[in-house]
Amino acid sequence: MLLALWDHRIQAAAVLLFAVGFVTLLLHRNLLKKIIGLNIMDTAAYLFLTSVGYIAGRKPPIITGGDRDPASYVNPLPAGLVLTGIVVSVSVTALMLALTIRLYRRYHTLDLDQIYQMALGEQEEGK
Amino acid sequence: MKKQTIFDRLRRWDESEFDLTDALPLEEPVRRIEPDLDRDALPPIPRLEHGGVRTFRRLYPWMAGLLALVLVGFLLLAVLELPAFGSADAPAHNEVMARYVGQGTEETGAVNTVAGVILDYRAFDTLGESHVLFTAAAAVLILLLTATHVQEEPRRIRDIMERDPILRNTAKVLTPVILLFGFYVILNGHLGPGGGFAGGAIVGSGLILCAIAFGFERLERLLNYKSYCRILVCCLGFYSLAKCYSFYCGANGLETIFSAGTPGRILSAGLILPLNVAVGLVVGCTMYGFYAVFQRGRI
Repeated sequence: MLLALWDHRIQAAAVLLFAVGFVTLLLHRNLLKKIIGLNIMDTAAYLFLTSVGYIAGRKPPIITGGDRDPASYVNPLPAGLVLTGIVVSVSVTALMLALTIRLYRRYHTLDLDQIYQMALGEQEEGK
Repeated sequence: MKKQTIFDRLRRWDESEFDLTDALPLEEPVRRIEPDLDRDALPPIPRLEHGGVRTFRRLYPWMAGLLALVLVGFLLLAVLELPAFGSADAPAHNEVMARYVGQGTEETGAVNTVAGVILDYRAFDTLGESHVLFTAAAAVLILLLTATHVQEEPRRIRDIMERDPILRNTAKVLTPVILLFGFYVILNGHLGPGGGFAGGAIVGSGLILCAIAFGFERLERLLNYKSYCRILVCCLGFYSLAKCYSFYCGANGLETIFSAGTPGRILSAGLILPLNVAVGLVVGCTMYGFYAVFQRGRI
């Protein structure tokens, strides 16, 4: 079991990192910390994807020196996918931060529960 | 005295002991359009504290932890079934990879296979990705950039920056190097590690450093709102048109006018170099734009 875990050490680390981000997302009421947790989860996904593309003892996929044998390079495809993921994660983070700034301007707090209660109060008032 | 951790500081920040008017300079003009909520005037907030909710509150952290543990358990079990880390016979390394690595250099002209994959074989994917970035930038602008917000940079922050000789002198030395390196990474994307996204991020961080050290006003000569929008739209338009052309040619079996050239030359790899430049400009401008909008409410 432990030996098998060692064989999959990077993937296991990615899973643990994912859990750290997940718990951060669930347990904190502060919106900024929730965003940080989501970013940690993103990072775990990148780590997992890049670890899938790695092949022990091979070169990065920069074809130089006339060596075009696929058996001497690692897989370039996961790297491309991670690139896409990073850009999407940056976009989503920026959007979430902008929304958080708007919420802060309105309610002067970052605590999700307080914001929710105040929004509820406003709704009651509007009725 | 107990040593303060970063979490203590964050908590204090939460509890608003820290004067947030310093950290968020946008507050003052905002009140005009979104009036400060008068908490006392509201009807009593319905307290969510009756029996069931209280039990829920008490159980929530434990349930969350349990959920995370169960999730980790399942994911670890699934991970154990995967091929071992670094093994060459994993199913992910199939004929697609062999084709990309083996013939990518002839077909796309790019020495860097990753650049060949994302900007030639799978350029449609990257086009969508650029549009995601563009949409996010537009959404951030819509959310934070309304005409009434526009104000001069807060006096206090500007004073701190202008008083700091270490920051200014370091930035004087570093900014040209960072920008040059960023452009090198963009232009060299098809010949080595790098490309539009990495280089654009480097250029963007160089611009941000410049803005922190010398103030936004000086940078405005180079990049104001108008030129920001122009660069973004022109680059994405160029990307879309160029890719439309190559999709059209590829689907109909026509020869494109952009040849793969000699792999390894700077002017080779067909469309990959101009596309890298376009993507790099979009990413760099968007990074700087995000920072400027978050910091002072406009670009």
